[in-house]
Amino acid sequence: MENFTPVSALIGGLLIGAAASMLLLLNGRIAGISGIAGGLLSPARGDVAWRLLFLAGLALGAALWRLVGPEPQAIALTGSLPTLIAGGLLVGFGTRLGGGCTSGHGVCGIARLSKRSITATAVFMASAFVTVFVVRHVFGG
Amino acid sequence: MMRLVVALSAGVIFGLGLGVSQMVDPAKVLGFLDLAGSWDPSLALVMGGALAVTLVAFRKRLRPERPVLAGRFELPTATALDARLLLGSALFGVGWGLVGLCPGPAVAGLAYGLPATMVFLAAMVAGMALARLIPKLPKPAARKPA
Repeated sequence: MENFTPVSALIGGLLIGAAASMLLLLNGRIAGISGIAGGLLSPARGDVAWRLLFLAGLALGAALWRLVGPEPQAIALTGSLPTLIAGGLLVGFGTRLGGGCTSGHGVCGIARLSKRSITATAVFMASAFVTVFVVRHVFGG
Repeated sequence: MMRLVVALSAGVIFGLGLGVSQMVDPAKVLGFLDLAGSWDPSLALVMGGALAVTLVAFRKRLRPERPVLAGRFELPTATALDARLLLGSALFGVGWGLVGLCPGPAVAGLAYGLPATMVFLAAMVAGMALARLIPKLPKPAARKPA
């Protein structure tokens, strides 16, 4: 557990919760990233700009932290090209089919005590645990 | 207009949270998903921290009757634990485990300008478009008897 960062994890989590609460209580929308992005594929009038702004905000917020946060800051995205493509396809396809991702089901849906979201979160967590185990410890050995 | 300001601000705060918690870093996320490795429980605390806020703010009894800036709450209405939910979530988990990116950190990761992020995002959008081709099955009650 040498990489455990409880304080920054908790502060980051509180910020995410505050952002999701703000979007729901002020705008009436669920802060589910896959849903917000997926809605752009069937654009409806008056329903596009807020989605683009929210998504741009995500990148802006991360960029802001990159500027003001403690050094060093880097991200490691180490998969091969086929892995990145397969992973992206599965994440996009799976989140739309399943109606949500870590934010929509995990943060917002569980907070609504939705049985679907609690189930979905348990399923994608379990499936991700198994996938990493297989990749790192069965094949990666 | 105010709604757009709120959408942008909520996005910025969300992205800041992903940055502060290092969830933009797939290596950090994979450290959580690798139970058999040198396990890093941070992601659980990120979700816990977020839920500590949303579990209170989303409570029906504590919410106003309608959103401050909109006519109504746009909430999901489906309740069935159907095959789409289960299969979709299982496939999402596989992709998440393969790369360590889910949709939020993938978009926020644009802040680092890595080509790999763009590749992942392009594939993710293609996956989302593909999912639109899967027809929703009619509800059992709506099916005509054979």
